[in-house]
Amino acid sequence: MATSPRRGRRHPLASIALLLVGLFASGGAYALFTGAATAADNVPSAAQVENGKALFAANCASCHGLNAEGTKAGPSLVGVGALAVEFQVGTGRMPMAGSGPQAEKKPVQFAQDEIDAMAAWVASLAPGPGMPDAEYLSGGDASNGAELFRINCAMCHNVAGAGGALTEGKFAPNLHNIDPVHIYAAMVTGPQNMPVFSDMNITPEEKRDIIAYLKFMDENGSVGGLDLGALGPVSEGLFVWIFALGGLVAITIWLTAKSN
Amino acid sequence: MAKSDKSVAVRGGSAVERADRVENPGFEPEHKRIHDVNPEKAAGAERGISILFLLSAILSVTAFALNFLFPIVPGDLWSVRLNTLLVGVAIAAGLLTLGVGTVHWAKALMHGHELVEERHETRGDEPTRKRAIEIFQEANKESGWTRRRLLRNSLITALVAFPIPAIALFRDLAPAADPVKALKHTAWKAGTRLARDPSGTPIKASEVTIGSAFHVIPEDLHNYEETFLNEKAKSAVLLMRLPVEELNISEERKDWSYDGIVAYSKICTHVGCPVALYEQQTHHLLCPCHQSQFDVSNECAVIFGPAARPLPQLPITVDAEGYLVAQSDFLEPVGPSFWERTQ
Ligand code: FES
Repeated sequence: MATSPRRGRRHPLASIALLLVGLFASGGAYALFTGAATAADNVPSAAQVENGKALFAANCASCHGLNAEGTKAGPSLVGVGALAVEFQVGTGRMPMAGSGPQAEKKPVQFAQDEIDAMAAWVASLAPGPGMPDAEYLSGGDASNGAELFRINCAMCHNVAGAGGALTEGKFAPNLHNIDPVHIYAAMVTGPQNMPVFSDMNITPEEKRDIIAYLKFMDENGSVGGLDLGALGPVSEGLFVWIFALGGLVAITIWLTAKSN
Repeated sequence: MAKSDKSVAVRGGSAVERADRVENPGFEPEHKRIHDVNPEKAAGAERGISILFLLSAILSVTAFALNFLFPIVPGDLWSVRLNTLLVGVAIAAGLLTLGVGTVHWAKALMHGHELVEERHETRGDEPTRKRAIEIFQEANKESGWTRRRLLRNSLITALVAFPIPAIALFRDLAPAADPVKALKHTAWKAGTRLARDPSGTPIKASEVTIGSAFHVIPEDLHNYEETFLNEKAKSAVLLMRLPVEELNISEERKDWSYDGIVAYSKICTHVGCPVALYEQQTHHLLCPCHQSQFDVSNECAVIFGPAARPLPQLPITVDAEGYLVAQSDFLEPVGPSFWERTQ
C-alpha cells in the first residue's frame, strides 16, 4: 500500500496528461499572440493555410499527426473537409479535454479566424465537405423538417431534440440553441458515432427544413407548460412521485390529524 | 399464534371470540379542543371557514371570467397555454379552498366526541333461517323442479345452448386472413427498389457513403393504400454502409450485401420497437426500448439485452441502373417471436 502513490506517479496516463497541459498552455499562448489574423474569406489565402498548418501542428498534431495522417490516439483527418473542422473545433469538442466515451461540447478554444485557418489547411489536404451556402441555413419548412427529423434523427436525439443515451456512456447531445452551421455540419460529416446524412440522403433543402424545425422549437418553447426537459417518462414520473404523491401524503396526514 | 387454541366459541361468520378477551377499556377522557373551551376562538374559526368558502366562490367566478378575458385564439398555441393555465389554476384553487374549508369545519367546530357503532352479526337468527329453507321447499313443490324432470332438463339444455352464437361472434373478431402468413411475409419482393422514408425516392448504391444510415421503405409501399401502415411497420429497413473489411460475413450470406452496404430489418426481435440508434464507429445498433444491442459488423448478432435473435437481414444487390434492390423477401419472419414461428 505504501508504494501505491509512487506507482501512481509513474502511471502512463500521467505523462500524457502533462503533455496535454503543456500543449494547451503553449497553444493558448500562441492563440493570444496571433489574435489578429487574416480576415475570413471564402477563398482561403496561402497565408491563411500556412497559419492553419502552424495552428494544427501546435494544437492537434499530437493526436492527429503532423500531416493529419492520424495516430493511435486520433483518426486521420485527410478528406474530412473544412466543415468537420468547423463542427469539431467550433463547438469546442476539439481539442478533447481527455479521453472518455465521447468528445463533449465545451467552451470554444479558438477564435473564429483560427478555426477558419485550420479548416482551410485541412481542406487543402484532400477534398471534403465544405461550408454550406448561407441559403441552406435559414428559412425552410418546419413541418417537413419535423417529419424528416422524426424519421432520421428522433430515435437518438429524442423527438423534442432533448438528446438521449446511447451505449457505454455515449449519448446523443441535446439540440437546443445550436448554431445552424453546426446542425448542418453534424448531418454532413457524421461526427463521432453519429451516422453520416450526406446530401444524397437528405438534400440541402431538406437539411434546411430540419434546421427550421429545430429553430422553431428553440423559439417557441413548450406550449404544454413545464416540459421537465422533455425527457419523457423518467423526469415526468419522478415529478409525479415526488410532488403529486408527496402532496397527497401531506393532505392525508392533515385530514386524519386531530384538531387541537 | 399460541393464543388461537384458546378460542372457545364460534359465533356466526368469521368472528372468533376468545376466552381471554381483553376488557374494553373504554374511551380516553374527551380531549377538549381550543374551540370547545374558548368561544372567541370558535367564532374566529367560523369566520376563517366562511372566508375560505367565499374565496372559493370568488375563484370559481374568476375562472369563468378568465375564460373570456384570455380566450383561445384559433391558431395561436400560446393563447391555449395561457387560457388553460389560468382557468385551471383558478378552478383548482376554488375547489381546494372549498375542500379545506369543509374539512376544517368538521375538525374544528363539529362535536369532538368519540363514538362506536356496533356491527350486526353476519349469521341470521334461527326463525329467519328456518323460514328461508321453507321458501326453497315451497318453491320446489310449486314448480315441480325435482318432480318434472323433462321440464327441468329441457330448460337446462336451452340455457346451455344459448351462448353458442357468441362463439361465432367472438371468432369474427380475429383477423380475416391467416395472421401467421401475414406475420411471415413483408412487402419486399425480388427486384423491389430500396427507397427513402418518407419520400419513396429510390436509392443508388453510389449515394450511400461510408458511415451513412438510410431509413428505408420498399419503393412500391405507397401502392398499399388501406394496409399502408401495417406494411410499413413490417418492412421498415435500416441501410448502412461500413468499410468492407469491417464486415464479418458468413459463407451463406456473402452475396447479401453490396460493397459494404447492408440492410437489416428495423423491427426489434424482442417486442418490436424500431431499432435505429446506429453508432457508426462501433457499428452497434441499440434498441431504445429495452437496450438490446446488435453488432452490425457481425450480422446483427445480439451482444446485449433481451432480444432473442439477430435482426433479420434483407438480401440486396444493385439493378442495371445502379439502384439498390431486394433479392427477395426476408428469409425469416421479422420482429418478435410468435406462437407459430418455427425457428
Ligand atoms: S423491443 Fe428492442 S429491446 Fe425490447
